[in-house]
Amino acid sequence: MRYAMAIDTKKCVGCSDCVVACQTENHVPIGYCRDWVVEVMDGTYPQLEMEIRSERCNQCGNAPCVRCCPTGASHFEEGGLVLVTADKCIGCGACIQSCPYDARYSHPDGHVDKCTFCNHRVEVGGKPACVEACPTKCMYFGDLDDPGSDVSKVLKTRKSKTLIPEAGTEPYLYFLI
Amino acid sequence: MASRRDFLRVSAFGIGGMFVAAAGLKLQASISDLNERSDKLYLNLIKTPTYCEVCFWKCAGWVYKTDEGEIWKIVGNEIDQHCNGRFCPRGTGGVGMYHDEARLKTPLIRTGERGEQKFRKASWEEALDMVAKNLQNIADKHGPETIALLSHGSGGKYFTNLIKALGSDSSAAPSFSQCKGPREIAFLNTFGEEVLSPERTDIRDTRCMVLIGAHIGENMHNGQVQEMSDAIDKGASIITVDPRFSVVAGKSKFWLPVKPATDIALLLAWIHVIIYENQYDAGYVEKYTYGFDYLKQHVKNFTPEWAYGITTIKPGTIRETAREMANASPAVIIHPGRHVTWYGDDTQRLRAVAILNALLGSWGRRGGFYQPESMPVPSAPHPPYPKPRKTWRDALNGKFNMTELPLASEFVEASLPDSDRDLQYKAWIVNGTNLIFTLPDQQKTIDALKNLEFVAVVDTMPMEITAWADVILPECTYLERYDSIRNSPHRLPSIAVRIPAVDPKYDTRSAWWMAREIGLRMGLDDYFPFETQEEELDWQLKELGTSLEEMTRKGVKNFERSWDDLYIAKGQEMEFFTNTGKIELYSTSMAAAGFDPLPVYTKHELPPAGFYRLNYGRAPMHTFSRTSNNPNLTDLMAENTLWVNPKISKIEGIENDQYVWLENSKGIISTFPIKVRVTERIRWDSVYMVHGFGHQNKMLERCFGKGASDTELMSIVHKDPVMGGTGMRGNFVRIHIEKPQEELS
Ligand code: SF4
Repeated sequence: MRYAMAIDTKKCVGCSDCVVACQTENHVPIGYCRDWVVEVMDGTYPQLEMEIRSERCNQCGNAPCVRCCPTGASHFEEGGLVLVTADKCIGCGACIQSCPYDARYSHPDGHVDKCTFCNHRVEVGGKPACVEACPTKCMYFGDLDDPGSDVSKVLKTRKSKTLIPEAGTEPYLYFLI
Repeated sequence: MASRRDFLRVSAFGIGGMFVAAAGLKLQASISDLNERSDKLYLNLIKTPTYCEVCFWKCAGWVYKTDEGEIWKIVGNEIDQHCNGRFCPRGTGGVGMYHDEARLKTPLIRTGERGEQKFRKASWEEALDMVAKNLQNIADKHGPETIALLSHGSGGKYFTNLIKALGSDSSAAPSFSQCKGPREIAFLNTFGEEVLSPERTDIRDTRCMVLIGAHIGENMHNGQVQEMSDAIDKGASIITVDPRFSVVAGKSKFWLPVKPATDIALLLAWIHVIIYENQYDAGYVEKYTYGFDYLKQHVKNFTPEWAYGITTIKPGTIRETAREMANASPAVIIHPGRHVTWYGDDTQRLRAVAILNALLGSWGRRGGFYQPESMPVPSAPHPPYPKPRKTWRDALNGKFNMTELPLASEFVEASLPDSDRDLQYKAWIVNGTNLIFTLPDQQKTIDALKNLEFVAVVDTMPMEITAWADVILPECTYLERYDSIRNSPHRLPSIAVRIPAVDPKYDTRSAWWMAREIGLRMGLDDYFPFETQEEELDWQLKELGTSLEEMTRKGVKNFERSWDDLYIAKGQEMEFFTNTGKIELYSTSMAAAGFDPLPVYTKHELPPAGFYRLNYGRAPMHTFSRTSNNPNLTDLMAENTLWVNPKISKIEGIENDQYVWLENSKGIISTFPIKVRVTERIRWDSVYMVHGFGHQNKMLERCFGKGASDTELMSIVHKDPVMGGTGMRGNFVRIHIEKPQEELS
């Protein structure tokens, strides 16, 4: 089993519903976020191109945050999920520094926090809150080992990319282009 | 390696917030037990149905609560046609409306001058007595017809019932004269029917959609955004006409960066190409339309070459895009937009849009415009309303005869000290609309407010308008109240209910209750036959074959259509609700009223040297000025920015993130500075900002003084002579690095 997510940049309008859906679902305190929207512009008026995408933890296969965690709070779980055990986290912030995607933040309760692919929902057969909320249905989630999953199917038919592949982190967050 | 700092982070504080140990923010549970609890909730949920009130789209959804009974999250109702189970960011963040600690908490009675913001707390008893007494005095002294209601949202119905029972028919919503009015009048005079809300655009099955200044995706009209996404998936082409590189421009096959205020010339050229290249749907045009020959003659000289000189869009592009539309016909939508009060000839522009749709045979066709149906909901039985001695039309003195609805902006004119209107207003009830930020020419609105004998404002939040009230009645949010049955037209007729998820916070009440309490105090008992809203809803729902109990479980109910007529069947005989019974390319009503029966292009004023056209629009995470203080949504976007082209930033010597002041051509200076966003996404002759920021009410702690208000810079208003819409895009601003001194006049 290998969970992954693909985000269709052709459909994403950058509305941030994913952000607020995550914040409410996961009780992320106001002022913090586990996912965010990025807009990249290219060209000069009127020859312009724009890519909009919703970003979050890449649930890396070779996760620098897990490697550098001194307490084992950052760890891998079933399906390749990278998670943080809050009780074990001492808030040293090494993982924050090591993440090339800036996906982690210091929670005001003193531990590090980040996207979990909503494993509490996934475990009971649901999808991450962002995926279910997105009004453009631009997010696809599922098990890459299952060829019938939404994410496997869309990755088969569409061109995609990952972010900062040169960092060697084996990201599992794909962007359809 | 690209770093995220090269990018514009559209939403949320991520980086900034990450390393800051904010005090006082406490998670309600630690991560591990949160997961456990979420599991449980995910399987075994307590949910209450509602329909969203953060904007007019009214998506139906479910409110989930935590074990402690606090509102946790709001998600869409799967079977709802407005949202298909998915809310927009504002709807998801609607929880913030409930939690906002700046909410109005008790009734308030004015102690200082109007506008001074001096109030004292009052009991409901005292506040309602005062409203009833004042309305009664005014009704006795000047006649009940001098009482006007200005509203936007669910509460409007109940206060309309109140003023009608008194003998006034003056109930207006700015959503008509400041927004979609020209569109509705243009379509009414072409197809005999309005576009309605939600729009009857069949986007999900379209093959080509043309957006003219409509920035779907930035305006988060949920169903439209969703269907646009579906259409993109299915390979539909999008043609976007916008001087600004909108989000959807970035998803379009063609982006036409039109010179502002020249859209009609482009539309006429498209009509020219489609007619003279024989690209129109000849069978449809012949069978269903009236006035084709007039139209053909009319557009003879409106060639793409002619339009090029006006719009700066190349003739080749005009032809290519016209063919793109024609190839998709009839599954093509020239989208009528929603906020269309721009330059004062808006009804004519929308007539051109309607004509183009008619030529391509898209009205009543799959992938074009479907024929919506709504479920008629009976209103509570009551005696007939007294006939008003004067009607809202008497407040227009013979102007804007083609409007079908009262005009909020003309209520202002008819409330001014020197008004010569045949009907002059003496009292306003205002519900759910921040008129100071809604109506252009703020000074006029303020002059009217000063002149009125009585002003009552009903709202959930302190707003600029509440400062002008004699009495403020605090409304509970949509999450804390019942409301009327939603029966908006759609593909299937449907109903949705709003059931309170929690008890009203603070000393707040529903508009239903307030209107009734005022009515009872004025002896209008017969117009408020039900003692509780539950009883009224249950009665109405039983008339519809269901019940409050069933709807509390389901939230939404879709019904079968009464006819199988979502689209016009091939060869079907049709009678349209126009004078000729046909789709009127040539409008007989407009001709009779002395207006151009076929749209013409008129030149609009250009910005003077050193000035830029002030363009404005929407952000997906906010609705007008009403959400600016919502803690969840402010977190996504806390202030608006001033978009300027890099060329302009050089000329003006300004940089990204610098704060500047704006001054319009009438010398009005923005109260607050606005942050500069240098971007290629905008033309050099205009600047752009998102509407709804620059709040001046200090009670709005989070958003006070954040960003600038576009409305306060709109002192030039181009009124649409056809229906009275207020064109607001003819305002020009210049940029100041230091705050300029106001000239003493
Ligand atoms: S579009 Fe968004 S704000 Fe408007 S009703 Fe729907 S969920 Fe609410």
